[in-house]
Amino acid sequence: MASESHPAPAAAAPTGRSPWRLALGRLRRNRVALAFLALFVLIALFVLAAPLWANHVAGTGPNTTHTLEKIEVDGEKREVVNREGKPIGPVWFGAGGRFFLGADGRLGRDEMVRLMYGGRTSLFISLVAAGLTTLLSIALGLLAGYYRGWTDSVISRAMDVIWAFPVLLLGIALGTALAVGGLQLGPISISGSSIWIPILIIGVVYTPYMARPLRGEVLALREKEFVEAAVAQGAGPLRVMLGELLPNLWSTIIVFFTLNIANNMLLEAALSFLGAGVQPPNSSWGTMISTGFDVISSEPLLSVLPGTMILLTVLSLNVFGDGLRDALDPKSKLRLEAHAGLAEPEGTPV
Amino acid sequence: MGRFVVRRLLGMILVLFAISVLVFLIFNVIPNSDPAQRMAGKVATPALVRSITEEWGFDDPLPQQYLTTMEKIFSGDLISYSDQRDVDEEIVKGLPATFSLCIGAAVIWMFFGIVFGYLSAVRAGGLTDRLLTILAMIGISMPVFTLASIFLIYLTYKTQLFPSGGYVGLTEDPFDWAYHLVLPWTTLAILYVGFYSRVLRSNMLDAMSGDYVRTARAKGLSERRVMVRHVLRNSLIPVVTLFGLDFGATVGGGAILTEAIFSLNGVGDYAFESTTNLDLPPIMAITLFGAFFVVLFNTLVDIAYAYLDPRVRLGSSAQ
Repeated sequence: MASESHPAPAAAAPTGRSPWRLALGRLRRNRVALAFLALFVLIALFVLAAPLWANHVAGTGPNTTHTLEKIEVDGEKREVVNREGKPIGPVWFGAGGRFFLGADGRLGRDEMVRLMYGGRTSLFISLVAAGLTTLLSIALGLLAGYYRGWTDSVISRAMDVIWAFPVLLLGIALGTALAVGGLQLGPISISGSSIWIPILIIGVVYTPYMARPLRGEVLALREKEFVEAAVAQGAGPLRVMLGELLPNLWSTIIVFFTLNIANNMLLEAALSFLGAGVQPPNSSWGTMISTGFDVISSEPLLSVLPGTMILLTVLSLNVFGDGLRDALDPKSKLRLEAHAGLAEPEGTPV
Repeated sequence: MGRFVVRRLLGMILVLFAISVLVFLIFNVIPNSDPAQRMAGKVATPALVRSITEEWGFDDPLPQQYLTTMEKIFSGDLISYSDQRDVDEEIVKGLPATFSLCIGAAVIWMFFGIVFGYLSAVRAGGLTDRLLTILAMIGISMPVFTLASIFLIYLTYKTQLFPSGGYVGLTEDPFDWAYHLVLPWTTLAILYVGFYSRVLRSNMLDAMSGDYVRTARAKGLSERRVMVRHVLRNSLIPVVTLFGLDFGATVGGGAILTEAIFSLNGVGDYAFESTTNLDLPPIMAITLFGAFFVVLFNTLVDIAYAYLDPRVRLGSSAQ
């Protein structure tokens, strides 16, 4: 299956290739994974271009209402929101890029602009929360796996408790409790409507799903000779953890990080849909679907558009993440059944 | 076996206790605002806040507060301050709908997950396999509300084939019950169909290289018999474990979105309603019961599993 397992031709000079190079080579040959990476990059560019489109093409902001305005579509005057409260549909470039995808309901906001800004929020939350989960998981996994004993017991039992909660339910509990009063942690104070609340919640809720497999790997790695050698050379715990163990975890971390972004996006959307995630005046794809659902029978596009964006983003990350896993881990020690029933983030129900 | 059960049950009690403490901390102790104010919800008059503080003992020391809170939840006199409804009663009322949704969806996802996973593995690398892999990835990545909105638009509003929601009791009219649940069942099941077929596929591919498979072939068994009797049966074990975990999690809160979208009047729908109103007492009780159910269910699955497969109970003592 993997062609580098063939013996090298005798004539070629043996050049050393690092595992990373080999992985990159394998990834390069996986066209499907690369195509989906390209899709993800496109989506990222799309949401990053939000201010450009808003200022130079649409000439409006995501929260600006145009209820009583008329726009000229292909030389013909049309109301943004008609007398029955029905918003204008997609006009494409008929009005020079304004209301490209129509308006978003009675308030007559530009749907395209909202879609781009909402995506920024969704993607930002998913990425930062994934970073938070990764940092927490690395720290907890290293500590539990390296020190074992009671450190491990305390960390593992705490993870078990969070694990016992259905992800969405814990998110709702934290989201509603924090949305009312905000959060005060020492000098840091976060208001109830800040997007840092969903970031914190999502980052914490998914931590056990990543920390547990990392701990398992650390437990196995610390018995290896290279760790013994480092200790014999006088390396302290911190050096062993960061200098010896961590570099061996990167391939696992990268795969989990990628899949984690996808899961975060689904959880953010679910929480926002239920009203326990992103709070007004901020909006995300999740809140857009939630408002779109109220008018789904007359304006189906308003819930389908952000829904499709989420689907495409999550799909691109899942397929690319799978490709990454195959490339970084050809022997599949990270495969689903290795953690049967345990840490497979793509299996966690949202 | 007896020792395994006792150890497992003791572990479960500890986890249940820790869960209740965590729920208590989330709702009553999170810094920066008066818990009574938050409990009261949107209609927080000063008088109500004062009486809630009194009733819940928010001025007492924390252990005392914890006991008061648990007593309120479990004795059934927890009420929502927004609409005065009894929380535990509402939850019990929602159970039939929630179980109808989850059990039906579970049957669908196990059936199609196994069928698709099997086909995919038997034809690994072929066209069927590729097609099913694509479908599985889409299923895994599909947000519940995206699928639901497509169903609602095309099957409800455009063609009127299915109702847009609502729950009809099984005893009232079994046909109507199923008719109302077809869309919710499918919506909830799709994610797991995709996921289970992928898990089964990779398990079967691994199992195919086993010595017993070679032996079975050498005996001259038909390919079909080798696949079904030997490969499939051995590959189902992890799938069944996953099923235990996922079913518990679905009943315990995973079905909230589906219930909310199709207004099924189940526990999840109640959670949704309370979330929109930021009505904390019901959310608190639902969170606690949801997590309790998950832990209880997982323990039962573990014990059943250890009974069926001695390796589990022997292996776990090493942990």
